[in-house]
Amino acid sequence: MKLTGNEQLVSVRTHLTEKKSTLRTVSLCGGTGCRASESEKLLVLLRKTVTEKNIDITIKETGCHGLCENGPLMVIRPENIFYQRIQPSDIDEIVEKSLKNGEVIERLLYEDPETGRKLIKENDIPFYEKQQRLVFAQNGHIDPKSIEDYIITGGYSALTRVLSDLSPEEVIGEVEKSGLRGRGGGGFPTGKKWKSCRIAPGSSKYVVCNADEGDPGAYMDRSLLEGNPHSVIEGMLIGAFAIGAREGRIYVRAEYPLAVENIIKAIADARKWGLLGEKILGSELSFDIEVTKGGGAFVCGESTALMQSLQGYSGEPRTKHIHTTESGLYNLPTNLNNVETWANIPIIINRGAAWFNKIGTPGSKGTKIFSLVGKVRNTGLIEVPMGMSLREIVFDIGGGIPGGREFKAIQTGGPSGGCIPGQYLDRSVDFDELTSLGSMMGSGGLIVMDEDTCMVEVARFYLSFLVEESCGKCTPCREGLWQLLSILTRITEGKGKEEDLAALEEIGEMVKDSSLCALGKTAPNPVLSTLRYFKDEYMEHIVDKKCSPGVCRSLFQYKIDNEKCTGCMLCQVKCPYQAIEGRKKEVHTIDTAKCVKCGICFEVCRFDAVKKV
Amino acid sequence: MKKVGKIIADFPLTPESLIPILQEIQEEFNFLSEDSIKKVAAGLSLPLHHVYSVATFYNVFSLKPKGRNIVKVCMGSACHVRGAGRILEEIERSLGIKNGETSADGSFSLETVNCLGACALGPIMVINKKYNGHITPAKVEKIFQEFTSQ
Repeated sequence: MKLTGNEQLVSVRTHLTEKKSTLRTVSLCGGTGCRASESEKLLVLLRKTVTEKNIDITIKETGCHGLCENGPLMVIRPENIFYQRIQPSDIDEIVEKSLKNGEVIERLLYEDPETGRKLIKENDIPFYEKQQRLVFAQNGHIDPKSIEDYIITGGYSALTRVLSDLSPEEVIGEVEKSGLRGRGGGGFPTGKKWKSCRIAPGSSKYVVCNADEGDPGAYMDRSLLEGNPHSVIEGMLIGAFAIGAREGRIYVRAEYPLAVENIIKAIADARKWGLLGEKILGSELSFDIEVTKGGGAFVCGESTALMQSLQGYSGEPRTKHIHTTESGLYNLPTNLNNVETWANIPIIINRGAAWFNKIGTPGSKGTKIFSLVGKVRNTGLIEVPMGMSLREIVFDIGGGIPGGREFKAIQTGGPSGGCIPGQYLDRSVDFDELTSLGSMMGSGGLIVMDEDTCMVEVARFYLSFLVEESCGKCTPCREGLWQLLSILTRITEGKGKEEDLAALEEIGEMVKDSSLCALGKTAPNPVLSTLRYFKDEYMEHIVDKKCSPGVCRSLFQYKIDNEKCTGCMLCQVKCPYQAIEGRKKEVHTIDTAKCVKCGICFEVCRFDAVKKV
Repeated sequence: MKKVGKIIADFPLTPESLIPILQEIQEEFNFLSEDSIKKVAAGLSLPLHHVYSVATFYNVFSLKPKGRNIVKVCMGSACHVRGAGRILEEIERSLGIKNGETSADGSFSLETVNCLGACALGPIMVINKKYNGHITPAKVEKIFQEFTSQ
């Protein structure tokens, strides 16, 4: 069906809503996390069982629900029954009891670890309770492959409002007033960017969606494209109208096959419905989007490198004396925003800048999606208002640290972000606060670290990633990072010298000041922030030649505790290097000459007899 | 080579088709051979050094053939803090190859990836398309035993 006007979209929405709102639905999460836990098998089984038992219910495979830790997840509506960790063997019972008779199966409910209470509804779970889901509101509700689902929830109504009531300048004014800042990492005011692209002279203009989410440990953009691709398209349409662009590009990681599939399907559907193409909804707006798959280079998340890549070159950044809003793709004015930024646009237009502006902190408005990962109980994707404290995020939403371990640090901002220690847990999370702590917002990865994490090794890990991903164009980044990495490696091997710390600082500052692009300018952050907050740990490695958390292998040994060893021989059998000696019911010993410190004995021992010394 | 020609013919002969064409060839053959790179350069009228610079810049391209089974170990931050480094070493030992190598009989290629976006399951190893989550060094050997016996 090709829609030719706003009124037609409204009447189609009314018709679809009447047709579908009375239906009961069961939503099974089909995000990457749940798919990795084999949710696809569940879906096939669920469809088969529901058909066999002839039950009148709509089955939806939705995008990510967020609580990836407990996947695969399912929600039955309208009752809102939330099931977790579903196994194929549970499906029969779910269909028979819950779908047919509306009964709740206790076993599959979420159990509050604090109170031990079983919680039925999604919103009662502490993980969800404290969140404010705007951008993510429809993830988990709609079928991302169905444009009808998106339209029913009010989808494309922001576009119709823009086309019928607002001028491009008014749209830009609204985005400016909202205070929205770019969600990709830089935090540049979105409205300001749009304005400079609108006024830039050029025979044609582009809007680009940056979906090259390269930060390890961050996957919110992927989940948006997978779970609600039309919200990104609608945002880009509004941007195109405001800026005066006819062509759009989405640059998405090739490693995200489901996101690629869903966005391509959504674009094809939008074309069919007349929401992309010539004279959209009978207006003067003509706009279309092409999808380009990235080649797996971290630096391509940088705007100028991304545009090089779109044109078929290696993704090497250029200096930004001239902004891409004036001269970007094919030297034409180009407005690039990140996935989450685009998805915020329809919300701002629908609810108004004044409403949006009330959420967040003075300098950072709205909500932010974070991926909360690492040593935290509830790993998953969360959306919270800007300004929430790190403590609330880690402990209230994330449920704290598993295994009774102590919190040590939280790393924010991707590989070139920084590590923030426990004394700042009560600081609020927004663009400026994180920068003042020596870290940054980045795209929103939050990696929780516990006392078993070695901060020197963490810095070395990030540096090795950045050395690998540095494009090599400018010398400070190419050579400076390499130097930093070799010093850090030396320290983790117990060969560090006290003067290394000053060298790390000096080289770090040099790379920060003189690199060409944002990757290089921020790359020393992991070193500088750990030096700032965890200097003692560096000193321990250098002076005492020790690594207390037992991570740097040159600096500790495995030893068997004579008191605790029962002589069960399990470690001896499991050791791949035949490094453990001892007979049954006799205390075992580790031959340090043969031991490579793989840690298997430590892991398999049931009596806590293997120690790191 | 016929197939390479067909892939090239599917795209407009413009410089921006280079990366998508190389991606398709990589997907089809698991690597980019010297001949296919030359053919792409000729087809798009691009200098050979330009095609090589792109083919060696991006992580998705490989100039060496890969094994029948691809093992990917996630080295993202979340997996790292949960001990992915030790797991990689255990996999290297178990398969007898280093990261980036292919076994002599062509059965396995071992690669690391920056993030698979399934952090809740970390540390993760993917064999072909099958995700294996919450891996520990002690579990590695068993996973490969089960895989090869299938």
